Amino acid sequence: MTVQVDDQLWSAIADPSRRRVVDLLVDNGEASAWSLAGHVPFSRQAVSKHLVVLEDAGLVRRRKQGREVLFQIEAERLDQASRAMADLAQQWDRRLASIKRLAEAAHAEGKKARALTVGRRPS
Amino acid sequence: MSGLVIEREVLIEAPVDLVWRTITEPDQMSQWFADRVDLVVEPGAHGYMQFGDQGGPVVVETVDPPTRLSFRWNYPRGEEPVTGNSMLVEFALTPMGDEQTRLRVTESGHELRDWPDAEKQRYADEHSGGWPKFLDRLVGVLTKPSR
Repeated sequence: MTVQVDDQLWSAIADPSRRRVVDLLVDNGEASAWSLAGHVPFSRQAVSKHLVVLEDAGLVRRRKQGREVLFQIEAERLDQASRAMADLAQQWDRRLASIKRLAEAAHAEGKKARALTVGRRPS
Repeated sequence: MSGLVIEREVLIEAPVDLVWRTITEPDQMSQWFADRVDLVVEPGAHGYMQFGDQGGPVVVETVDPPTRLSFRWNYPRGEEPVTGNSMLVEFALTPMGDEQTRLRVTESGHELRDWPDAEKQRYADEHSGGWPKFLDRLVGVLTKPSR
Protein backbone atom coordinates (compact mmCIF):
# COMPACT_ATOMS: atom_id res chain seq x y z
CA MET A 1 0.00 0.00 0.00
CA THR A 2 2.71 2.45 0.91
CA VAL A 3 5.14 3.58 -1.75
CA GLN A 4 8.53 4.59 -0.52
CA VAL A 5 9.98 7.25 -2.75
CA ASP A 6 13.64 6.54 -3.15
CA ASP A 7 15.32 9.10 -0.89
CA GLN A 8 18.21 9.79 -3.19
CA LEU A 9 15.95 10.24 -6.18
CA TRP A 10 13.64 12.48 -4.24
CA SER A 11 16.30 14.80 -2.92
CA ALA A 12 17.87 14.92 -6.37
CA ILE A 13 14.71 16.27 -7.97
CA ALA A 14 13.51 18.25 -4.95
CA ASP A 15 15.88 21.08 -5.74
CA PRO A 16 14.52 23.47 -8.39
CA SER A 17 17.96 24.25 -9.77
CA ARG A 18 18.58 20.56 -10.36
CA ARG A 19 15.21 20.26 -12.04
CA ARG A 20 16.30 23.10 -14.28
CA VAL A 21 19.42 21.13 -15.21
CA VAL A 22 17.25 18.08 -15.89
CA ASP A 23 14.95 20.19 -18.07
CA LEU A 24 17.89 21.47 -20.10
CA LEU A 25 19.18 17.98 -20.65
CA VAL A 26 15.73 16.78 -21.68
CA ASP A 27 15.55 19.63 -24.21
CA ASN A 28 19.10 19.49 -25.53
CA GLY A 29 20.03 15.85 -25.34
CA GLU A 30 23.72 15.65 -24.50
CA ALA A 31 25.48 18.65 -23.04
CA SER A 32 28.62 19.57 -21.13
CA ALA A 33 28.64 21.39 -17.79
CA TRP A 34 30.04 24.39 -19.65
CA SER A 35 27.22 24.62 -22.15
CA LEU A 36 24.59 24.03 -19.45
CA ALA A 37 26.04 26.84 -17.36
CA GLY A 38 25.25 29.23 -20.22
CA HIS A 39 21.53 28.66 -19.63
CA VAL A 40 21.28 28.92 -15.86
CA PRO A 41 21.77 31.71 -13.34
CA PHE A 42 24.42 29.79 -11.42
CA SER A 43 28.09 29.00 -11.97
CA ARG A 44 29.61 26.11 -13.85
CA GLN A 45 30.89 24.77 -10.52
CA ALA A 46 27.32 24.73 -9.21
CA VAL A 47 26.15 22.99 -12.39
CA SER A 48 28.90 20.38 -11.95
CA LYS A 49 27.83 19.78 -8.36
CA HIS A 50 24.21 19.33 -9.41
CA LEU A 51 25.29 16.93 -12.16
CA VAL A 52 27.13 14.80 -9.60
CA VAL A 53 24.02 14.60 -7.40
CA LEU A 54 21.89 13.73 -10.43
CA GLU A 55 24.42 11.13 -11.51
CA ASP A 56 24.48 9.56 -8.02
CA ALA A 57 20.70 9.33 -8.16
CA GLY A 58 20.98 7.65 -11.54
CA LEU A 59 19.16 10.42 -13.38
CA VAL A 60 22.05 11.33 -15.69
CA ARG A 61 25.03 9.50 -17.10
CA ARG A 62 28.30 10.88 -18.35
CA ARG A 63 30.38 10.08 -21.38
CA LYS A 64 33.82 11.26 -22.40
CA GLN A 65 34.27 12.64 -25.86
CA GLY A 66 37.82 13.75 -26.46
CA ARG A 67 38.57 16.18 -23.68
CA GLU A 68 34.90 16.95 -23.08
CA VAL A 69 32.58 15.27 -20.61
CA LEU A 70 29.03 15.08 -21.90
CA PHE A 71 25.96 14.43 -19.80
CA GLN A 72 22.73 12.79 -20.82
CA ILE A 73 19.41 11.95 -19.16
CA GLU A 74 18.70 8.39 -18.05
CA ALA A 75 15.20 8.25 -19.46
CA GLU A 76 14.17 5.14 -17.57
CA ARG A 77 15.15 6.57 -14.21
CA LEU A 78 13.41 9.86 -14.94
CA ASP A 79 10.31 7.91 -15.85
CA GLN A 80 10.63 6.04 -12.55
CA ALA A 81 10.86 9.38 -10.73
CA SER A 82 7.67 10.62 -12.37
CA ARG A 83 5.88 7.41 -11.54
CA ALA A 84 7.02 7.58 -7.91
CA MET A 85 5.55 11.07 -7.66
CA ALA A 86 2.33 10.03 -9.35
CA ASP A 87 2.05 7.15 -6.86
CA LEU A 88 2.58 9.50 -3.96
CA ALA A 89 -0.15 11.81 -5.23
CA GLN A 90 -2.51 8.88 -5.71
CA GLN A 91 -1.84 7.70 -2.19
CA TRP A 92 -2.90 11.05 -0.83
CA ASP A 93 -5.99 11.00 -3.04
CA ARG A 94 -6.99 7.69 -1.51
CA ARG A 95 -6.36 8.97 2.01
CA LEU A 96 -8.33 12.16 1.42
CA ALA A 97 -11.19 10.14 -0.06
CA SER A 98 -11.23 8.01 3.12
CA ILE A 99 -11.20 11.09 5.37
CA LYS A 100 -14.10 12.50 3.34
CA ARG A 101 -16.06 9.28 3.67
CA LEU A 102 -15.44 9.00 7.43
CA ALA A 103 -16.22 12.64 8.21
CA GLU A 104 -19.33 12.75 6.04
CA ALA A 105 -20.67 9.52 7.53
CA ALA A 106 -20.08 10.84 11.06
CA HIS A 107 -21.74 14.12 10.15
CA ALA A 108 -24.79 12.38 8.68
CA GLU A 109 -25.02 10.21 11.82
CA GLY A 110 -24.82 13.27 14.04
CA LYS A 111 -27.54 15.03 12.09
CA LYS A 112 -29.82 12.02 12.28
CA ALA A 113 -29.29 11.75 16.05
CA ARG A 114 -30.03 15.46 16.51
CA ALA A 115 -33.14 15.21 14.34
CA LEU A 116 -34.40 12.35 16.52
CA THR A 117 -33.74 14.32 19.70
CA VAL A 118 -35.51 17.36 18.31
CA GLY A 119 -38.36 15.15 17.06
CA ARG A 120 -38.88 13.69 20.54
CA ARG A 121 -38.83 17.00 22.37
CA PRO A 122 -42.50 18.05 21.84
CA SER A 123 -43.93 14.81 23.29
CA MET B 1 8.18 28.20 -6.30
CA SER B 2 9.19 26.54 -3.06
CA GLY B 3 10.67 23.32 -4.26
CA LEU B 4 9.01 20.05 -4.89
CA VAL B 5 5.57 19.74 -3.45
CA ILE B 6 2.72 17.37 -3.87
CA GLU B 7 -0.56 19.07 -3.14
CA ARG B 8 -3.98 17.47 -3.07
CA GLU B 9 -7.33 18.79 -2.03
CA VAL B 10 -10.81 17.57 -1.22
CA LEU B 11 -14.13 19.23 -0.35
CA ILE B 12 -15.89 17.53 2.54
CA GLU B 13 -19.57 17.86 3.46
CA ALA B 14 -18.94 18.14 7.18
CA PRO B 15 -18.04 20.91 9.64
CA VAL B 16 -14.39 21.71 10.25
CA ASP B 17 -14.35 20.39 13.85
CA LEU B 18 -15.50 17.01 12.72
CA VAL B 19 -12.93 16.85 9.93
CA TRP B 20 -10.27 17.86 12.46
CA ARG B 21 -11.25 14.98 14.73
CA THR B 22 -11.17 12.59 11.78
CA ILE B 23 -7.60 13.49 10.91
CA THR B 24 -6.24 13.71 14.47
CA GLU B 25 -7.88 11.03 16.63
CA PRO B 26 -5.77 7.86 16.58
CA ASP B 27 -8.70 5.45 16.21
CA GLN B 28 -9.88 7.51 13.22
CA MET B 29 -6.38 7.83 11.79
CA SER B 30 -5.98 4.08 11.71
CA GLN B 31 -9.00 3.98 9.37
CA TRP B 32 -7.61 6.26 6.68
CA PHE B 33 -3.88 6.40 7.22
CA ALA B 34 -1.82 3.59 8.62
CA ASP B 35 -2.74 0.14 9.87
CA ARG B 36 -1.50 1.08 13.29
CA VAL B 37 -1.09 4.64 14.50
CA ASP B 38 0.82 5.22 17.69
CA LEU B 39 0.76 8.98 18.00
CA VAL B 40 -0.30 11.76 20.32
CA VAL B 41 -1.18 14.85 18.32
CA GLU B 42 0.87 17.39 20.23
CA PRO B 43 3.68 19.60 18.96
CA GLY B 44 7.00 17.76 19.22
CA ALA B 45 5.42 14.39 19.96
CA HIS B 46 7.24 11.35 18.56
CA GLY B 47 5.07 8.58 17.21
CA TYR B 48 5.09 5.58 14.94
CA MET B 49 3.02 4.45 11.98
CA GLN B 50 2.75 0.90 10.76
CA PHE B 51 1.81 0.06 7.17
CA GLY B 52 1.51 -3.67 6.71
CA ASP B 53 4.93 -5.03 7.62
CA GLN B 54 6.59 -1.65 7.13
CA GLY B 55 6.56 1.33 9.39
CA GLY B 56 8.38 4.43 10.43
CA PRO B 57 8.64 7.17 13.00
CA VAL B 58 6.73 10.42 12.79
CA VAL B 59 7.28 13.70 14.61
CA VAL B 60 4.43 16.15 15.02
CA GLU B 61 5.33 19.73 14.19
CA THR B 62 2.36 22.12 14.18
CA VAL B 63 -0.97 21.53 15.92
CA ASP B 64 -3.38 24.41 15.51
CA PRO B 65 -6.93 23.10 15.95
CA PRO B 66 -9.05 22.97 13.91
CA THR B 67 -7.17 24.32 10.91
CA ARG B 68 -3.52 23.20 10.80
CA LEU B 69 -1.64 20.01 11.46
CA SER B 70 1.80 19.07 10.24
CA PHE B 71 4.27 16.30 10.84
CA ARG B 72 7.58 15.06 9.49
CA TRP B 73 8.38 11.54 8.38
CA ASN B 74 10.68 9.60 6.08
CA TYR B 75 13.85 10.63 7.85
CA PRO B 76 16.96 8.54 8.44
CA ARG B 77 16.83 6.15 11.35
CA GLY B 78 18.46 7.54 14.48
CA GLU B 79 18.29 11.15 13.32
CA GLU B 80 15.98 13.94 14.42
CA PRO B 81 13.84 15.12 11.52
CA VAL B 82 14.64 18.63 10.33
CA THR B 83 14.30 20.52 7.08
CA GLY B 84 16.54 18.71 4.67
CA ASN B 85 16.39 15.11 5.87
CA SER B 86 12.66 14.47 6.02
CA MET B 87 9.32 14.96 4.34
CA LEU B 88 6.91 17.51 5.75
CA VAL B 89 3.21 16.71 5.56
CA GLU B 90 0.84 19.60 6.20
CA PHE B 91 -2.92 19.54 6.51
CA ALA B 92 -4.82 22.79 6.07
CA LEU B 93 -8.53 22.87 6.87
CA THR B 94 -10.68 25.75 5.71
CA PRO B 95 -14.30 26.00 6.85
CA MET B 96 -16.64 26.76 3.96
CA GLY B 97 -19.71 27.79 5.89
CA ASP B 98 -21.03 25.57 8.70
CA GLU B 99 -21.42 22.37 6.76
CA GLN B 100 -18.43 22.19 4.45
CA THR B 101 -14.67 21.99 4.85
CA ARG B 102 -11.91 22.23 2.31
CA LEU B 103 -9.05 19.94 3.24
CA ARG B 104 -5.71 20.39 1.56
CA VAL B 105 -2.65 18.26 2.10
CA THR B 106 0.85 19.03 0.93
CA GLU B 107 3.90 16.83 1.15
CA SER B 108 7.18 18.56 0.50
CA GLY B 109 10.71 17.34 0.33
CA HIS B 110 14.20 18.36 1.12
CA GLU B 111 13.97 21.93 0.00
CA LEU B 112 16.58 24.31 -1.24
CA ARG B 113 18.80 23.49 1.65
CA ASP B 114 22.17 24.28 0.15
CA TRP B 115 21.16 27.36 -1.72
CA PRO B 116 22.14 30.85 -0.60
CA ASP B 117 19.11 33.15 -0.26
CA ALA B 118 20.38 35.65 -2.80
CA GLU B 119 20.72 32.97 -5.43
CA LYS B 120 17.30 31.59 -4.57
CA GLN B 121 15.78 35.03 -5.02
CA ARG B 122 17.60 35.67 -8.26
CA TYR B 123 16.46 32.36 -9.62
CA ALA B 124 12.89 33.01 -8.50
CA ASP B 125 12.93 36.44 -10.12
CA GLU B 126 14.31 35.18 -13.37
CA HIS B 127 11.71 32.48 -13.56
CA SER B 128 8.71 34.27 -12.18
CA GLY B 129 7.28 34.32 -15.69
CA GLY B 130 6.93 30.59 -15.39
CA TRP B 131 9.49 27.86 -15.67
CA PRO B 132 7.15 24.96 -16.21
CA LYS B 133 9.29 22.35 -17.86
CA PHE B 134 9.44 18.66 -17.51
CA LEU B 135 9.33 17.91 -13.79
CA ASP B 136 7.59 21.12 -12.92
CA ARG B 137 4.94 20.45 -15.49
CA LEU B 138 4.60 17.05 -13.93
CA VAL B 139 4.26 18.57 -10.47
CA GLY B 140 1.60 20.85 -11.93
CA VAL B 141 -0.36 17.94 -13.27
CA LEU B 142 -0.11 16.14 -9.97
CA THR B 143 -1.25 19.08 -7.92
CA LYS B 144 -4.42 19.72 -9.86
CA PRO B 145 -7.27 18.99 -7.46
CA SER B 146 -8.87 15.78 -8.56
CA ARG B 147 -12.36 16.74 -7.54
